[in-house]
Amino acid sequence: MKRLINLAPSRGSRWLLGLLPFLLLAMVYLSLSNARLAENPNDRLLPTPATMASSFYHLATAENVRTGQIVLWTDTFASLERILIGVAISAFIGLIVGILNGGIPLIRAKLSPLVTVASLIPPMAILPILFIAFGTGEAAKIALIVIGVTPFLIRDLQGHALRLPDEQLIKAQTLGASSWQVLLRVLLPQLTPRLLNATSLALGSAWLFLIAAEAIAAQEGLGYRIFLVRRYLSMDVILPYVAWITLLAFLLDQILAWTSRLAFPWYHSGEGDKS
Amino acid sequence: MSLLSAKRLEKHYGHHVVLENLNFSVEQGEFVTLVGASGCGKTTFLKMLLGTEAISKGNLLLDGKPIPNEPGPDRGVVFQKYSVFPHLTVLGNVMIADELHSAKLLGKSFGTAKRHAIEKAQARIEEVGLSHALNKYPHELSGGMQQRLAIAQALMMRPRMLLLDEPFGALDPGIRQDMHELITRLWQEQQLTIFMITHDLKEAFELGTRLWVFDKTRHDPQAPEAYGATITYDLPISRDRPTADLTEALHQGGLKTHTQETLL
Repeated sequence: MKRLINLAPSRGSRWLLGLLPFLLLAMVYLSLSNARLAENPNDRLLPTPATMASSFYHLATAENVRTGQIVLWTDTFASLERILIGVAISAFIGLIVGILNGGIPLIRAKLSPLVTVASLIPPMAILPILFIAFGTGEAAKIALIVIGVTPFLIRDLQGHALRLPDEQLIKAQTLGASSWQVLLRVLLPQLTPRLLNATSLALGSAWLFLIAAEAIAAQEGLGYRIFLVRRYLSMDVILPYVAWITLLAFLLDQILAWTSRLAFPWYHSGEGDKS
Repeated sequence: MSLLSAKRLEKHYGHHVVLENLNFSVEQGEFVTLVGASGCGKTTFLKMLLGTEAISKGNLLLDGKPIPNEPGPDRGVVFQKYSVFPHLTVLGNVMIADELHSAKLLGKSFGTAKRHAIEKAQARIEEVGLSHALNKYPHELSGGMQQRLAIAQALMMRPRMLLLDEPFGALDPGIRQDMHELITRLWQEQQLTIFMITHDLKEAFELGTRLWVFDKTRHDPQAPEAYGATITYDLPISRDRPTADLTEALHQGGLKTHTQETLL
């Protein structure tokens, strides 16, 4: 008998094993839902999948009588726009400051303590300040994402830049590189895949900040909708919306991973194919 | 005038003396091999030549001028590891030297300049026998091929001297022999001046025209950091003399160091 650590499932059975917990959770939900609905057919807390599907279908197809908009898509585009703009700004600032901090000691000495302190401020605590400063429009929500995510990206990239072997920087200089050229041709290309990696980790907190900001002040958005229908205990809307947000988050994460693998094959050379 | 000369050169960190009283002059075209026990300051010495370690006392002159205090294109280097850029292909790794020179702002060439850089790089890659792997990334190459690439890259700048820090230390014996032939050929064809640190005394004898042994001449057991290492033996080696004879002659001549057992 092999040791436990040496036993790996085959490809097909890995899929089945991965599916198992999901099936189990679905069965638990269905039995609980059935039990509650048998007692009270109007129960709203654990709706049947059919109810959820019809509510979701309604949100995804029916036009709002007053505005002529379809709720699900309006919400999705509004939220995606906010999170993508926010994360893009964060990634841009993170890359620039991370490279400068990692590559130039004189700049690092000035900025690094500031970044460390800024990254410790709980972003949610300054949300009121953002609403006061930027109003309750788009700017405040995007600013919250930027403030929440950027310090993490800077610290991650700076750390990675400092972990690059000194030999590479010395080698570049013996090939005649100026400081600018070292940043551009040694640090930038090696930090870009790291940025994609760090961004996909940061997406989780970006969603958190987005939904929190939308819950407090918005006219549309996925987070806004969930908190709106909470008043009517509409679990048949909340649950599909949560699943929809999860799916969007998963897709964004996968897009970043695919881009990184396609564009930077050398970066992924050290990774084993265990999964 | 000699290419490189040192007078009472010393390196210390606070009270810890690493190297002291180094005096030498090296002519163009010499192949100096540096041996000595681990931690005796060989790498520190190489870093002083590179310009990444400051000189504490004395002077170190390259072409009669104090050696620059940062790395530059006049001194090429090959380390044991991490010598090549992981994000560039073989061609990119060698081309970058030319690109950094011709495109100051972007560090990347286009059009005619790019074709020119590719041609130059291909010639260099051909010399080290990597033409079949032009578009491979370093992680796809074996250790020996990576070191070949590092040598081709270092030679793109036509440096005044080439510094090798245990370049073949991590390679298999068979590959090592190939690398010896390669470096000897390049040294002869291009009249390079080479400084090479090695732990392998046989390699030091086979390749070099001059052997330096780094060791401490004085040792105070109460204060082991008070005295530093220096060049205790500065031996001209003739490549024509068989190695076995030389080792024997050295034994009889008394190549004795505090760390003899690690050397011979």
